[in-house]
Amino acid sequence: MRLHCPICGERDRREFYYQGAAVMLERPGPDAGAAAWDDYLHLRDNTAGDLDELWSHDAGCGAWLRVTRNVSTHEIKTVVLAREIKR
Amino acid sequence: MRFSGLKVLTEGLTGNKGWGPHWRSPEPKSEYDIVLIGGGGHGLATAHYLAKVHGLTNVAVLEKGYLGGGNVGRNTTIVRANYMLPGNSEFYSHSLKLWEGLEEDLNYNVMHSQRGIINLVHSDGQRDAFVRRANSMCGQGDDGAILDRAGVEKLLPFLDFDQTRFPIYGGLYHRRGGTARHDAVAWGFARSASDRGVDLIQQCEVTGIDVVNGVVKGVQTTKGPIRAKKVGMIAAGRSSQVAAMAGLRLPIESHVLQAFVTEGLKPCLDHVVTFGMGHFYISQSDKGGLVFGGDLDMYASYAARGNLPLVEHVAEAAMTLMPVIGKAKMLRSWGGVMDMSPDGSFIIDKTEIEGLFVNTGWCYGGFKATPASGHTFAHLLATGNPHPTTVRHRLDRFRTGRGLMDEEATGSQHNLH
Amino acid sequence: MRVDGKGLIDRSQPVTFRFDGTAYRGFAGDTLASALLANDVRHVARSFKYHRPRGILTAGSEEPNALMTIGRGASADPNVRATVQELFEGLEARSQNSWPSLGFDLLSVNDLAAPFLGAGFYYKTFMWPRVFWEKVYEPFIRRAAGLGALSGEQDADHYEKAYAFCDVLVIGAGPAGLMAAWTAAQSGVRVILADEDSRMGGRLNAETLAIDGASGADWAARMVSELAAMDNVRLMPRTTVTGAHDGGTFGALERVSHHSNGVPKGGVKETFWRIVAKRSVLAAGAIERHVAFRNNDRPGVMAASAVRAYLNRFGVSPGKAVTVFANNDDAHRTAMDLQDAGVHVAAVIDSRRDAQAMGDYRLMSSAMVSDGHGRRGLEAISVRTASGVEKIATDCLAVSGGWNPTVHMTCHMNGRPTWQDDIASFVPTPGAIPGMDTAGACNGSFATAACLAEGAAAAMRSLEALGATSTEVAVPEADDSAYKIEPLWAVPGNGRAWLDFQNDVSVKDVKQAAQENFASVEHMKRYTTQGMATDQGKNSNVAALAVLADATGRGIPETGTTTFRPPYSPVALAALGAGAQGKGFAPERKTTSHAATVAAGAPMIEAGLWYRPSYYPLPDETTWRQSCDREVGWVRNTVGICDVSTLGKIDIQGPDAAQLLDFVYTNMFSTLKENRVRYGLMLREDGFVMDDGTTARLGPNHYVMTTTTAAAGQVMRHLEFVTQALRPDWDVRIMSVTEQWAQFAVAGPKARTLLNGLLDHSIDDDQWPFMSCGTVGVQGVEGRLFRISFSGEHAYEIAVPSRFGDSLFRLLVARAEALGGGAYGMEALNVLRIEKGFITHAEIDGRVTAQDIGMERMLSKKKDFIGATMARRPGLTEDGRAQLVGLKPAGAVKQLTAGAHIYSDGEEPMHEHDQGYVTSVGFSPTLGHYVGLGFVRDGLIRHGDVLNMVDHVRGIQTRVELCDPVFFDPEGGRTRG
Repeated sequence: MRLHCPICGERDRREFYYQGAAVMLERPGPDAGAAAWDDYLHLRDNTAGDLDELWSHDAGCGAWLRVTRNVSTHEIKTVVLAREIKR
Repeated sequence: MRFSGLKVLTEGLTGNKGWGPHWRSPEPKSEYDIVLIGGGGHGLATAHYLAKVHGLTNVAVLEKGYLGGGNVGRNTTIVRANYMLPGNSEFYSHSLKLWEGLEEDLNYNVMHSQRGIINLVHSDGQRDAFVRRANSMCGQGDDGAILDRAGVEKLLPFLDFDQTRFPIYGGLYHRRGGTARHDAVAWGFARSASDRGVDLIQQCEVTGIDVVNGVVKGVQTTKGPIRAKKVGMIAAGRSSQVAAMAGLRLPIESHVLQAFVTEGLKPCLDHVVTFGMGHFYISQSDKGGLVFGGDLDMYASYAARGNLPLVEHVAEAAMTLMPVIGKAKMLRSWGGVMDMSPDGSFIIDKTEIEGLFVNTGWCYGGFKATPASGHTFAHLLATGNPHPTTVRHRLDRFRTGRGLMDEEATGSQHNLH
Repeated sequence: MRVDGKGLIDRSQPVTFRFDGTAYRGFAGDTLASALLANDVRHVARSFKYHRPRGILTAGSEEPNALMTIGRGASADPNVRATVQELFEGLEARSQNSWPSLGFDLLSVNDLAAPFLGAGFYYKTFMWPRVFWEKVYEPFIRRAAGLGALSGEQDADHYEKAYAFCDVLVIGAGPAGLMAAWTAAQSGVRVILADEDSRMGGRLNAETLAIDGASGADWAARMVSELAAMDNVRLMPRTTVTGAHDGGTFGALERVSHHSNGVPKGGVKETFWRIVAKRSVLAAGAIERHVAFRNNDRPGVMAASAVRAYLNRFGVSPGKAVTVFANNDDAHRTAMDLQDAGVHVAAVIDSRRDAQAMGDYRLMSSAMVSDGHGRRGLEAISVRTASGVEKIATDCLAVSGGWNPTVHMTCHMNGRPTWQDDIASFVPTPGAIPGMDTAGACNGSFATAACLAEGAAAAMRSLEALGATSTEVAVPEADDSAYKIEPLWAVPGNGRAWLDFQNDVSVKDVKQAAQENFASVEHMKRYTTQGMATDQGKNSNVAALAVLADATGRGIPETGTTTFRPPYSPVALAALGAGAQGKGFAPERKTTSHAATVAAGAPMIEAGLWYRPSYYPLPDETTWRQSCDREVGWVRNTVGICDVSTLGKIDIQGPDAAQLLDFVYTNMFSTLKENRVRYGLMLREDGFVMDDGTTARLGPNHYVMTTTTAAAGQVMRHLEFVTQALRPDWDVRIMSVTEQWAQFAVAGPKARTLLNGLLDHSIDDDQWPFMSCGTVGVQGVEGRLFRISFSGEHAYEIAVPSRFGDSLFRLLVARAEALGGGAYGMEALNVLRIEKGFITHAEIDGRVTAQDIGMERMLSKKKDFIGATMARRPGLTEDGRAQLVGLKPAGAVKQLTAGAHIYSDGEEPMHEHDQGYVTSVGFSPTLGHYVGLGFVRDGLIRHGDVLNMVDHVRGIQTRVELCDPVFFDPEGGRTRG
């Protein structure tokens, strides 16, 4: 598997660290309640199609990336810098 | 038909014409007391124990592919009870005891072989952690011993003790650990359940779960609707899709785990050996293939196949630990879909929907649990109460924080367990 | 026997080799298999289960029978296919899986017991008595099973891994592959052409077919030499592409020196390649399939295409009176080629009613071979015709049941092949591998002309996809005859007709599986072991599933195939794991004091990837404890030096640096004054402790964070996540500076004395109180000084740029020694911190909360921080959790052990009475007894309780008193003083 880091270009999967679903970008407020926090940390749609997920170019530039990838075919659709999404 | 050496002999003398089906292939009835979604090892085991322990035989197991076609048919066959934390410790102890009587119970040779498992130790800190684990095992009434370096050398003289990147200090020796013939486990449970009256329906995919006013009423399948008083979901890596049909969201991510086998070789490895510093474990099958595996590929996947980085990493671990197997040739690699939970431990519980039960979150340790998973899930389905060894394994433990069992101590990130 | 005038071997170069101790001669260009056949050696192996005599079946890597061990000693290589092993001078081959000898194998008794050893027999027996499985049955089975043996010695050969990149990867260098590579190369794109054979050309080297009037082999040789001359083309012979993976990545194994006697100096045995290709063309050819009939496994029964390969490429006829058995036209060429070469063809048996002879040989149409005679080598066959059974003398039967396209690679990414009725075979499903085109025989197009045309067309499609300018190339003239086939899988009749030769799976076994309701193809495979041998069913799977389809009343497409998995052919672990043997598995991290420490005789231990000293022995010390006690004494009484550079150091700068720290730590850092240090506790988002450490404020917008050694990477990634993914709006930059700074602890009552005289300006308590920090001059070098303590003594950590680390360490140690102290290692560091109740990851093991370690007060209520919410979950805050305590021996046994469990006093030391466990233990020379840290249920309020410590595995039991974790100087006067 190869990911296109927006900063470094296309690199082998082994340069990247995988975090999980990109829901982790949407951190609830401290008083959002137990259910919201359970959703954030534990519950997952875990669909078998396209998934927004978080990777980090750990052995490269260190950028956190939101990757849209089909988890049944491993086809990578888009890669964007996490910091760009929040801005 | 009862299997025995004598039966093999008499059939052999008469042309092997008398062997009948190991299980029936019935068409589904319109209604069952209990419908189990998933004909893998755990589903088939659940069916066996429902019938045998609880006398419940108006039961169907619905399998979208073939029986035992999931992880029970593509794992590294390791059976052990070397867990540390309360909850897991009791459960896996219970499971190992069921393994030890499984062949008689099923009248099927699953080739459970207690050849011993050695978890290698590479630092003082790791030794302390393993001692704590071994003491948990002993406190549970199971066996666990700490070997020093000489003790490991005696059992595994072919390891590289000095030149390896992480020198070997000793190991945790679990004598009653070992392996079993994975497919036979599924088939043995299937045969027993079928013989006792459970309907095993293959090529029958569940396409919907019928829920009315918060109560489960049955399922929709590719072979038509089936009514059921209770429904058990035992779909491993596909758990989330099944639960979604009932509107439930599970604390599960599906990941790929690869495993590997070499060409057949004359016996060279009697034990199961694990190398924590390299996320590597290995044993030799009765056919002579070295069976080994490592960590997850570390990305979510339903593809049941992995990629080269992990393949190479596993081979690299093999080469630093036991370069004597360098000329063994990898024959086949395969991948399975793992139901990863946020604490690395499984879930056997009721759901918020009455009559709907869930069995999931086995991460990549489900094979050894097969008998106890079936046994305790059957207990829950039959009695409505959790078996004493699964009281902690609740679905809501992540929300409440009560009874978390994080053996790997990596926290709520699903793929790190 | 060798045939004059045939073959591509070099008859001017004779080669001597040995098989099972006997010397033979062959020629350069031979494989071990061709050389054995040239010497009329037919029985070369025993099968896996029944130990039946077996001969060479094929001429390729799919060979199921002729597996041998090549070489001796540590270089002995088991399970090598004689069909791909190139002959070299001095080659030594041994047969496998027989005892005492290949000719007389005791386990061939299994063959007589075959009625009792059919499919799955072992699931039905060996269950009684229970203990016999491990003690009797299984050991016997294990000894009998297996093929070759490993040498038992550590692999001494060198292997490598490498990457390659290209625009078009062409897999297979037969007519289709050569044409594809040629066409692609004309456009200037980067092309890699890989082929498993030593000589490119594929079947062109094994057939007598012409291309553009020249011999196929000559045409191939010319193409290869022209491709070799092009800068944009890389030829990779002896290279098997083993798997297709995501992102256009392919695995490939190059057998670099299997064709020479030993590995040349500086060379490698094999290289495992990762080839990244934008496009690929699969031109992997096809594999001829067998037909099942009684005793179809006799040595001398071979694939028809293999017979042609041995004749045309190697100048060898595998028999003197050859028969051919086929269901298709293609196989008739075997008879033609043999006759042209002067070899006697006894008969051609064709199962088709309308079969036509292509030449002057005896054709038996509507006929089938029903038996093979001759246990150690074929002597005759029985042929069943409409008029009865005829026995024909023959020493070689060339069999063709048709061809199976080599679709394997197209199925490596979950693809399934498609059944094509007219050729009775599976063909690739288009699009199964992104970016891959298929061409030639692997695509089900068997005529040479079609192979050439498809190769060119596939390359054109690749070029178009790449946006490269393509040049139209002329496709040469070649044979375009049709491939006429009528399916024939198994000849009806009694006796055992073999499908999977190596695993001894017969037609009966497959039928029995169906009878026992192992009707799914996966069940049949697993029950009978069909297709699980080293050839992974390449020779037999399609026939087996056809038999299963027949037995279950389904069609072949409906029955389906089992899953094709990588690698295409087996790969040595030494190649896949190249570079990792010995220390190569993981990087070695060494601190700047490493050389001085090793020179001082300190045993080094692994701390993650780092090496750290265990202790620094003096000449008169015989145990580590003596050294450790002495080093602890130095720190408590004079001064000790310890390298702490392995701790993670993260430089944090920017206007929002303070805000970031407030967010990732549980306690406040925005209130920290400049030139001051504060201890911080960091949680994971799930509320459990992630790490702890000190952070220093060097300026208004400048902090330096310290992490533990173990969590340095995790914390850095965490900070990157917070700053990029959660709060990119904050203006703050972070940078790991762990390797930029060498940092040493200077600890003990004489610490300041030591530093004064070393520093450019002396320090005192007023300027440098406890928890202060700042810049200092160290012998003219700008360094940093932190007054912090992990020992409980008056202590500092002094940091200089790494290039000065070695000198500073030597200087510090020399000065310490002058003051009556010296360097100390991890053992002493551990005792010192346990005496003070300081925690490490032995305590904060990922499962403990701030409350568990008595740090609830560090959870600020004034702010949100990572982990704040989830740390308040009921399960993390309720009574009954195990909490940090100090432990002192209170019984007759005075020893504590880490990992021991703590049980209620007076109760059985069993699970239900488990109260906790011991995490850290040390003998305190300061206090004269063992001190320990551990976790005990509600331990914070149970100081003074006496419980039972049991270490089952070490056989140690003692009573322990729970106490405050701070054993020494609880008021902390020594630290501040």
